[in-house]
Parts: sequence; C-alpha cells; structure tokens
Amino acid sequence: MNPTLLSVNHLAKRYGDQTVVNDLSFHIEPGECLGIIGPNGAGKTTTIRMCLGLSEPNGGAITYFGDRHMPGDALTIKARLGVVAQMDTLDPDFTAAENLLVFGRYFGLSDQIIRERIPQLLEYAALSHKADAKPGQLSGGMKRRLSLARALINAPDLLMLDEPTTGLDPQARHLMWERLQVLLQQGKSILLTTHFMDEAERLCNRLLVLDHGRKIAEGKPRDLIAEHLEPEVVEVFGQGAVQLADEASLQVLAQRVEVSGETVFFYTRDSQPLLVALQAWPALRTLHRPSNLEDLFLKLTGRQIREDA
Amino acid sequence: MSQIQNNLWAAPRLSMRWWPVFRRNFLVWQKLAIPSLVGNIAEPLMWLVAFGYGLGALVGQVELGGEKVPYILFLASGSICMSAMNAATFEALYSAFSRMHVQKTWDGIMNAPVRLDDVVLAEMLWAAFKSLFTVTAILGVMLALGISHSPKLLVAWPVLLGVGITFSCMALIFNALAKGYDFFTYYFTLFLTPMMFLSGIFFPRDQLPPIVRAVADWLPLSAAVDLVRPLFLDRWPEHALRHGLVLMVFAGVSFWVALALTRKRFRS
Repeated sequence: MNPTLLSVNHLAKRYGDQTVVNDLSFHIEPGECLGIIGPNGAGKTTTIRMCLGLSEPNGGAITYFGDRHMPGDALTIKARLGVVAQMDTLDPDFTAAENLLVFGRYFGLSDQIIRERIPQLLEYAALSHKADAKPGQLSGGMKRRLSLARALINAPDLLMLDEPTTGLDPQARHLMWERLQVLLQQGKSILLTTHFMDEAERLCNRLLVLDHGRKIAEGKPRDLIAEHLEPEVVEVFGQGAVQLADEASLQVLAQRVEVSGETVFFYTRDSQPLLVALQAWPALRTLHRPSNLEDLFLKLTGRQIREDA
Repeated sequence: MSQIQNNLWAAPRLSMRWWPVFRRNFLVWQKLAIPSLVGNIAEPLMWLVAFGYGLGALVGQVELGGEKVPYILFLASGSICMSAMNAATFEALYSAFSRMHVQKTWDGIMNAPVRLDDVVLAEMLWAAFKSLFTVTAILGVMLALGISHSPKLLVAWPVLLGVGITFSCMALIFNALAKGYDFFTYYFTLFLTPMMFLSGIFFPRDQLPPIVRAVADWLPLSAAVDLVRPLFLDRWPEHALRHGLVLMVFAGVSFWVALALTRKRFRS
C-alpha cells in the first residue's frame, strides 16, 4: 500500500490580523489529480507556497510521502516534486534544451541522465523542433509546456501546478490539458490550482473549493454538482428579463432563481413546464443547459467581483 | 532543514548545491564573455592611460616607503584593486538583482532542492570569479605594457580574489535591500566613490587630514591597496596580517548580514 503523497492538516496562515488560510485540511493519494479552486484571494497560491516550504505556516502540519514534514524536510521532499509556478521562471539566456539541462543539475542529476531525458521531455512537451530556441522565441503556450517539461526533469512523484493555463489561448490550453492527461494516464499525481472550471472538471478526480482561506466544499466534480445544485439551468436574457425573477407563476416552476446583471438564472429539476411557460415572452432569449461546475462555484462563492487579489 | 531559514540570523547553512547555481551563471557568461570582457577592461585601462601617462607626466614620481616610484606604477597597483571592487560590485548588484528579482531565476531554483543560503553563496562566489577574470585580463595588459614585472604578482592574484569576495559580500547586502536598480546609485555615490578617493589609489593616504586618515586606514579598499601595491614593487606588504583580517572581517560580517536580509526578503 503506497502512503498518502501529501497530507495537509489544520493549516493556517495569517498576515498581521488578516487570516488568509484557515484550518485547511486535505490529502492527495497516488494517481490522483486534486484541484484547488477558488476566487482570487481565496488562499490558493498561499497554500501552494506553504506546501512548497516557501512560506511558513502559522499552524498545522504538512506531511509528504507518509513521514516527511514540510518545511523541515524541504530538500528531500523537493527532490521528489515537480513544480510549475504561476509565473514562468525559465532562463531567457538558455535554449529550451539548456533550460532542462541546467534545471536538472539543481537536483544533483548527472549530465548523462539529464541528456537522456531531454529529448523525451521535449517530445512530450511537443517542443522537439524548438530544442534550440530561447524562451523569448517561444509562444506563451510553448513556454508553459517547457516549464512543465522542466518540472518533470527529476521524474517527480507529485506535480504541483499553480494555475498552469492562465493567460493561454484556447488552443494552447487544450494542448496543455491533453499533455496533463497523458501524465495522469501514466499514473502521475497532480495538485493543481485553477479558476477555470472546465479545466477542473476535465482533469481533477477531486476538487477542493476554497474561499476566504477556508474549505467550503470537497468532492468529485459530478458529486459536488449533484449535491449542491439542481440538474438543469434555464438562463433568460433580453429587454426586461430581470423582471421575470419576480414573476410568481415562474418562481413556482424553479427551485432557485438568481439574477446577475441582465440575466435571470432559473435552477430547476424539471425544465419542461418552465420552458413552456416562458413562451409567453417571445421577445426574450433563453438558454437551456445542464448545471455545471461554474454554477456550483458561483453558488458557493457568490457572484461579486473580488478586487482584493 | 528548511529551504529558507526562518531564524534570520541563524548561521549560514552551506552545501555543495551552490555549484550547479554557479555553473548556471558560468554557462550564461560563456555566451557573452568576449563582449563583456571588452566592457570590463576598457574603462579601467582608460583611467590608467589618461591618469597614469597624462597626470603621471605632471606628477613624475611618488614617494612610497622611502622609495620613489613612477606614478603609473603607483596608480596601476591601486587601480587594479578598484577594478576588482567594481567588477564584483556590478555583478553582485545589477546582475544578481536581475536574476533574483526581475527574471525570478532564484524562485525557479528554489523549486528544486537548493537552499537559499546556497543560492546566495553561489552568487557571491560567482561575482568574485567574474571580478578575478576581469582583474586577470587587466593584469595581462599591465604586464604587456611593462608597468610591472614583479614575480610577486602571482601572489597579488589570489589576494585580488579575496578583494573580489569581500566586495561581492558587501554588495549582496544592498542587493537584498533593493526595490529597483535606482537604489544601487546610492551605494556607489555614498560608499564606493568616496572609498575610491580615500583608499590611496590616486594619491598616498598620508596626504589626508589625520582624522580622515584614521578612518580611511580601516576601509576594505585601503587594506586591499596596502596588500597589493607592494607586490607590484616586488616587496612584501607590511602588516599583511592586519590587512588580511580587515578584508576577512568585512567579508564575513557582510555575508552574514546579506544572508539575513535575503532570508527576510524571501520569507513570507
């Protein structure tokens, strides 16, 4: 039986009187992909930084591989982790291949082992043709994939990815997801933070919803949706749509009604009667869809904009 | 042990993991060595030519320990120390700051099993190495110009490495404190430029008013000049132990302070 890769218990972090992470506990088992989702300022990056030993917790315990404690055993733990930070830290003066070589040396790997791994990693990252290109000559997606390849140079047991696709265009994002899925199929374990719900739904076996430094929900994506939401959503928008929220004849047909901007969201277990009733307002446009992780996220963390991040 | 010491003033925890970090800087430098060498030695040589031959014609000879020496030799033996200081300082300020703050290279390195203390050590040794490289090139030119042929220059060489180490340790304190490149101007105008004029590079320190001299005698650059200059004249320095200790104390204390301030900067 393999030990739990990472086990976090009652983690806490304060800056002055502001509590940014509060009594947070979670764990990652081998082969799992755990996603931490939450609005800006929810404490995702602070949590990752504490797990990486770069920030000292004010309370709680972080244990890797059953018996290694962060930050005390930071170096032995780091030897078995692969990290992709939010900001690329690639060396601008080196080619893609040199970036991998230099980074592998930080792990104490011999040049011979690193040079064996470089072509495989570049191929994995779909960068074989860019081995001699410097980061400045690479697109945003290529740079992220190079960062991912670099994080794999030490054949890590656990990958830590902080918002791996933020700032990428859809094509680059899909390629990144596909590359990460390859890793998961190989049995790698991943901890990732994201605020893209489709990313979380595609990649993660399990999700942790964080808000104001607290865990507000945890579970499999589909289970979380089933637990917290009605299965169907009807969105209504157009001139005067907002007034529908107060329409008693419609309210009885939905379990929950929400207004955001100029759109009304009807959450319902059975959309058919509602859709029929809505035909009385032919000028309004409707969108009928299954509820998804984004609805869950907005229900749990609210629709207001977070400026404090 | 943790990667970033929580106790700011804890003793340095050093290991051989500084070596791959040093090699990283070396690999970058290999790509730019020749153009950077031209920049590094052109300026000190211009000083030497302009002041040494220009001013030297007016000054003639300088009396040093009861012996008269040509001004160019006096200046060359002092200015090589200034070159060691400048080369180490530039690398440990501007280049280290680029890696630490602008490129976030240090953050990347600390995603691998490398302690912050080892990164700081690597930067310190790297700046000292670059300074030694510059000094070696300038020494080569001085030999070619026939300014000195003292066999004791072989001893001056490791001494100048020590000078580079001392000044890179000092510069790393200001690297740790900097918010941007502009901050380094203060270090140059408030510390290095006055020191340049007080350490007996351009004129003997006994021309200074006694009270200024009392301070100037204990400056690290004075210690460097007092160690290196006699070697250019094929003599052994007087009070070598004292001067060596001054350099070592400045280096040791500065490194420790730089480390504490860098830990503070990275701790959050």
